[in-house]
Amino acid sequence: MNGGRAIILGRIREALRNNPAPRPHTSHSQSEAAADHNGHAQREWLPKVGETLPERIDLFAKISEGLTTEFQRVPTMSAARHLITKLATESQWKKIGSHSHQDVDALLEEIELPIVRTEKGYAINDLESCDAGITGCDVLVAQTGGIMVSVESAGGRALSVLPPHHVVIARTSQMVPDLTAAFEHVKQKYGKQFPSFLSFITGPSRTGDIERILVLGAHGPKRLTVILLD
Amino acid sequence: MRISLFVPCFVDQLYPNVAWSVVRVLERLGHEVVFPESQSCCGQPPFNSGYWDDARSSARVTMKAFRDAEVVVGPSGSCVTMIKAFYPDLFKGETDELAARELAAKAHEFSSFLVNVLGVTDVGAKFDGKVTFHDGCHGLRELGIKSEPRALLANVKGLELIEMCEAETCCGFGGTFAVKYATISTAMDEVKCASILETGADTVVSNDSSCLMQIRGMLEKEKSSVRSLHLAEILASR
Amino acid sequence: MASQSSDFQTLSRRYTADKGFRAFIQKGMSGYYKKRDQNKANFQDWQGARDLAAEIKYEAINHLDKYLLEFEEKITARGAKVFWAQNAEAAREYILKVAKENNVHSIIKSKTMTSEEIHLNDALEKQGFGVVESDLGEYIVQLRKEAPFHLVFPAMHLTRRQISDLFQKELGSEPTDEPEKLTMIARDIMRRKYCEADMGISGTNFAIAETGMISITENEGNARLTTSLPKIHVALLGIEKVLPKLEDLSLFLPMLATAGAGQTMTCYNTMYAGPRQLGEPDGPEQMHIVLLDNRRTELLADAEQRDSLGCIRCGACLNICPIFKNVGGYSYGTTYGGPIGSVITPHLRGLKDWKHLSAASSLCGACTEACPVKIDLHHHLLQNRRNGAKTAPNPLEKISFGGFSLMMGHPSLYRLASGLGRIFQPLQGLVNGTILDPLRSWTDSRKLPTLAPQSFHEQWKKQRNRKL
Repeated sequence: MNGGRAIILGRIREALRNNPAPRPHTSHSQSEAAADHNGHAQREWLPKVGETLPERIDLFAKISEGLTTEFQRVPTMSAARHLITKLATESQWKKIGSHSHQDVDALLEEIELPIVRTEKGYAINDLESCDAGITGCDVLVAQTGGIMVSVESAGGRALSVLPPHHVVIARTSQMVPDLTAAFEHVKQKYGKQFPSFLSFITGPSRTGDIERILVLGAHGPKRLTVILLD
Repeated sequence: MRISLFVPCFVDQLYPNVAWSVVRVLERLGHEVVFPESQSCCGQPPFNSGYWDDARSSARVTMKAFRDAEVVVGPSGSCVTMIKAFYPDLFKGETDELAARELAAKAHEFSSFLVNVLGVTDVGAKFDGKVTFHDGCHGLRELGIKSEPRALLANVKGLELIEMCEAETCCGFGGTFAVKYATISTAMDEVKCASILETGADTVVSNDSSCLMQIRGMLEKEKSSVRSLHLAEILASR
Repeated sequence: MASQSSDFQTLSRRYTADKGFRAFIQKGMSGYYKKRDQNKANFQDWQGARDLAAEIKYEAINHLDKYLLEFEEKITARGAKVFWAQNAEAAREYILKVAKENNVHSIIKSKTMTSEEIHLNDALEKQGFGVVESDLGEYIVQLRKEAPFHLVFPAMHLTRRQISDLFQKELGSEPTDEPEKLTMIARDIMRRKYCEADMGISGTNFAIAETGMISITENEGNARLTTSLPKIHVALLGIEKVLPKLEDLSLFLPMLATAGAGQTMTCYNTMYAGPRQLGEPDGPEQMHIVLLDNRRTELLADAEQRDSLGCIRCGACLNICPIFKNVGGYSYGTTYGGPIGSVITPHLRGLKDWKHLSAASSLCGACTEACPVKIDLHHHLLQNRRNGAKTAPNPLEKISFGGFSLMMGHPSLYRLASGLGRIFQPLQGLVNGTILDPLRSWTDSRKLPTLAPQSFHEQWKKQRNRKL
């Protein structure tokens, strides 16, 4: 059953038939771009992202600071391991969540805490009681300071949002300039078999619902750490 | 240039000095000013209230009065907006559509006319005082007038312009809105007046007498010493 | 029974009289203005971005059937069920049916204005289904049994003190004046709810035709949890929310964040392509998409105002509107408040009962300037006034403007009236400010201008006629 499908479609067609709306008042001639655009038209208007990789990494770092994302660059995987061990000790992690992923597995090699792995399913309460969720990602977005995750790169839907601290490991090769490039990347990577979940994470969870005052960790992680491996 | 003066009905009745100031400035610049006496009202009150048939009968009088004019200049962003921006909508598909478009094309708000048509920013005026400028919404958003009055004020000797933080916020007049929804209109007026007083200016200036009527109404009621003057009155003083 | 129009007058007077409240709302907005302007300035060209956004919406809305069918086909292929709801009742019944068939015990919701529009919570509760709003602001107003005050900031009218008192009374929590502590109280409660709930209901910010996805924009993470943990996900969306391509989001997501909250991007922007797929570790077993018409097609049929279907519910027009800031969200009596609500409510709920909202505007145009998709909002208010005057004219106004146009249509009559005005003006002076004063709504707060001794017409005639 699909409800009033035929009726609604009929109404839509009736409303549009021989009844053109005035075109938007625009100062730029963009109708062609919009009708058949390849997703690049917006690059002309959106914030600048820099031409080179170092510029983009700098931009990502700068925006991260504003978002209170803890952005850490490390030269080697062993430095990354050192960093995660330090985080675990300082934050007194007792249990963490992770998933099957080459870089995540490498990162956690020296961690001796109990690990809830999500890739084959998990008990919600078990994941909820983890102190951190460690995931990979699809890309980092310089323009917004965001991380794109998917079912595949982040071990499902909940691992990157349920535990109170989300740690992401990424490589500099994963830095893309903007959202358009991020979408191109996932289209290439997944083709017609998209995962059921793709998300841009831009900073730790936040709310301003009480007197418009910023509070971190509204429902999702209070802390977001991005470890960028050169 | 032979300039036809458009005097909005409420300027005609309440603020004739504003119209005379326009005449003085334009004549001082060496132009001939004529006043087609058959003009009455642009029709904005019924237009804004939705009574477009009634608006058209007023508008036709205005269109007839200025039919042979070379250029039409008026000291009100709002009433000029009616002609310039809304006549084409009002007469869309009507027999007078072409006439409406013709008038729209040759009508100008006073400060925009000085700066954009005549290319003048210094009219040789002198005014001692600290002033703050209120942008009338119609002039600002329908006609895109923002820099013109400021360019003119910058060249007035003795005048110091202090921008208020809510310069672009509506004063709350809005025609019949001001009486139909008087409490809301008054609240908006309070925000505007507070913003004016905050600047410490002794005079508030605008290119729209309708906004000034609203602002002045409250300043006078509150017995404030801040004066309100139309831009033309400042430019005519020396 | 009081009319919607008199309710508006009563409520707007009450809120407007409360200067403390007005200052509180203004203060709440001030941080937003600053951040919004900073983020706009980061764009290479915000106006160019607005133009493109308006063009993309134009394309989508004017080919709505095509894009909806593409969306339906793609997301159905991914295992989601699409239900087309003609009206609120059909949408509610479908959701109730899904809940009953699956023996749902506990429902959690993330923020959706569309569910407010169809009064979903009431319907669910009447049938015995407990529903909890997970967005902090929505949870607060739900505890107060109120509707959201604002499209994006549902509880912005409340002080931390009021919220603390509310939590103390309803949840038994300790009083506190720290927003952080209050937020954590809600977080802890919600954590249990996410784990228990077997149905999650969300809204939708954008539907993508090309890939069959819905996109949800949020900051708190509550929508992500609502759509990840329960075994059923129901997403509500108006039929106008569809965009042609996935890449369109690369424009709309930053624009929505900038215009709506003064952010570069909101914290989570998530695209869902169906329920949990084979081999995926989590996510709902079922995903139901409820496409809602509810008279949107009537707005679509009005070519002049069709662009208002492009609204992305960012709230920028409310935030800038001097009317909204003074009367607040509850005066409107509508689901969608502020300028966009005043434009679309007459189409969605009837012009006769809701045309007063279009009159309650100074037509300043700040809303149109703020709109990221360039909806011609304040001109639509004018068109609603015109349509209202045509179909249901106010008798007194009709006579007044008839007289007005008779006078202005005949310059000689105008001259005569101008003379008479000068004779009668002193009479107004006698009653000024009293109950007999016909201009009292002006003179209560503002001094009345006086007619000049002679009109400009008369002065010109005297001084300049010699020249002619």
